Amino acid sequence: MNTVRKILGIIWVALALAIAYFGFTVLGYPKLISGKQDDLVFGIIIVFILLPIVVGGLLVFGKYALQNEYDIYDDAPDHAHYKE
Amino acid sequence: MSNKKSSLFTIIGASSVGTMIEWYDFYIFGSLATVISTKFFPAGNPTAAFLSTLATFAAGFVVRPFGALFFGRLGDLIGRKYTFMVTLLLMGGATFLIGCIPSYESIGFFAPLLILLLRLLQGLALGGEYGGAATYVAEHSPANKRGFMTSWIQTTATIGLFVSLLVIMGTRNSMSKEAFDDWGWRVPFWVSIIMVIISYLIRKNMEESPIFARAKAAGKTSTNPLKESFGKKFNFKFVLLALFGAVMGQGVIWYTGQFYAMSFLEKTMNIDKMQVDNLMFIALIMGTPFFLLFGWLSDKIGRKWIMMAGMLIAILAYRPIYEKMYQTTNVKGKTEITEKASIVGVTKENKDKGQDSVYTITKAYTDGTQYKEIKTVTLANGVAKMVDGKPKTESKITLNINDGDKWSLIWLVFLQVLFVTMVYGPIAAFLVEMFPTKIRYTSMSLPYHIGNGVFGGLLPAVATYLATNAKKGGDTQWYLEGLWYPIGVAAVCLVIGIFYINSKDKRIDD
Repeated sequence: MNTVRKILGIIWVALALAIAYFGFTVLGYPKLISGKQDDLVFGIIIVFILLPIVVGGLLVFGKYALQNEYDIYDDAPDHAHYKE
Repeated sequence: MSNKKSSLFTIIGASSVGTMIEWYDFYIFGSLATVISTKFFPAGNPTAAFLSTLATFAAGFVVRPFGALFFGRLGDLIGRKYTFMVTLLLMGGATFLIGCIPSYESIGFFAPLLILLLRLLQGLALGGEYGGAATYVAEHSPANKRGFMTSWIQTTATIGLFVSLLVIMGTRNSMSKEAFDDWGWRVPFWVSIIMVIISYLIRKNMEESPIFARAKAAGKTSTNPLKESFGKKFNFKFVLLALFGAVMGQGVIWYTGQFYAMSFLEKTMNIDKMQVDNLMFIALIMGTPFFLLFGWLSDKIGRKWIMMAGMLIAILAYRPIYEKMYQTTNVKGKTEITEKASIVGVTKENKDKGQDSVYTITKAYTDGTQYKEIKTVTLANGVAKMVDGKPKTESKITLNINDGDKWSLIWLVFLQVLFVTMVYGPIAAFLVEMFPTKIRYTSMSLPYHIGNGVFGGLLPAVATYLATNAKKGGDTQWYLEGLWYPIGVAAVCLVIGIFYINSKDKRIDD
């Protein structure tokens, strides 16, 4: 299972990049240039606050998965033991 | 034993009531947005409109995570009890003051500016409250009852919505419409301070969380919770896991069941607003006890699989449920009583001093459904004004549904609320158990507010975008396309949750 967790890391990195691309081109940028006040605020929030959180977080999550940081050692009956 | 039990329920009561009041305060602003905008954000004024948009978006999306960081840090440094008393007072004070601010007519731009500042303080307080209440209750609860005890906190967002609607309805009904629009809308804001004082007095007499008190006495609390939570890889990876493996899915399922469903009934299905409020109310009341049931069940069979099952069922069921909802009131499938149909047309002056032809079209159907369409055609020199080769028209359809359809829709919304309770009921205990005492408040608050504020808060905008695009593209099932957002986010969360979360850990005294 630890191998699956590691391989899935590639998916999370790819997903982060896809969200960055589509989030900016489809949702963020059109709002920034629409000329409407509501859209401008929403566009700024998407591009400068939401996308960095989502994309950055998912990229780091994927990177950690690829580095085996989420490996679980199933050696205790009553508590979770992740790689330390 | 009985003393211990009663004190535990006092703790749950005091924590839950305080959190419920914070949700109440947060919701009344949204529920009274129309009247607030006329008082503080005059139409046609771009600066006021800008401040209004900031107040709407910033409080929900941006400030809540900052509140989580600010108060989470305080909670891990000073203690849970004092911190969530501060969030309560901050929220109550800000809400009360919103009800006291003179209108735009009296003090000009100070009015919207003050409203914006107070709304931001509300968002900040809300960001700090949930983590404190959940941590405080969990750290008092025995391990085998933690899910059930913290699930009371999980009911507060829904109950806060009920109470806000009840207070607003009560105030409206106790005075004329003019009086309510003039000053009566301030009453629900003032009422908040009474509830806050009562809750403050109850919370004031409570003890600090025993687990935190022991850690503090032993000098095991963190000196820099932010650095430890997000600067140390071992802790930060759990913050990311909490966000992507649980809370982001919970956020979109919560928003879909409680808010998207309501918006779909009102705007896509065109059901009368009063009927929508009524059926949402019933579905939410029916669903609320299930927060407790799934919280209790999570103590028996584990948190992870209940939350994952809730996400999986929601992913599979959303499209069939919304298709069934849409078809329940689709008049194309109903038999019209043709002799009851009528069209009445009048010409009226519009706000641009031009003329509109307004047609009121009414239809009745054999199953009791009533259809009313108000169609406005803008005129130019006595004939329909043409825009892009088509007459410029606006149409507003309202359906009054029969009792059978109403109960079908209540059932379909209730199912969605059930999914909400599956993912949301156990999540407080799950988050508490994920992090050690010294950084618990900080570490669990941030993913919670990003998951709900960002992923959940984005739902209306993204879903509307998807549905509008599908409609423009001629998709016959355009009304279902908005659901791809919660389905997609929940599916990613489900995969991460299944593969990466290990739910064995029930120890919280570390």
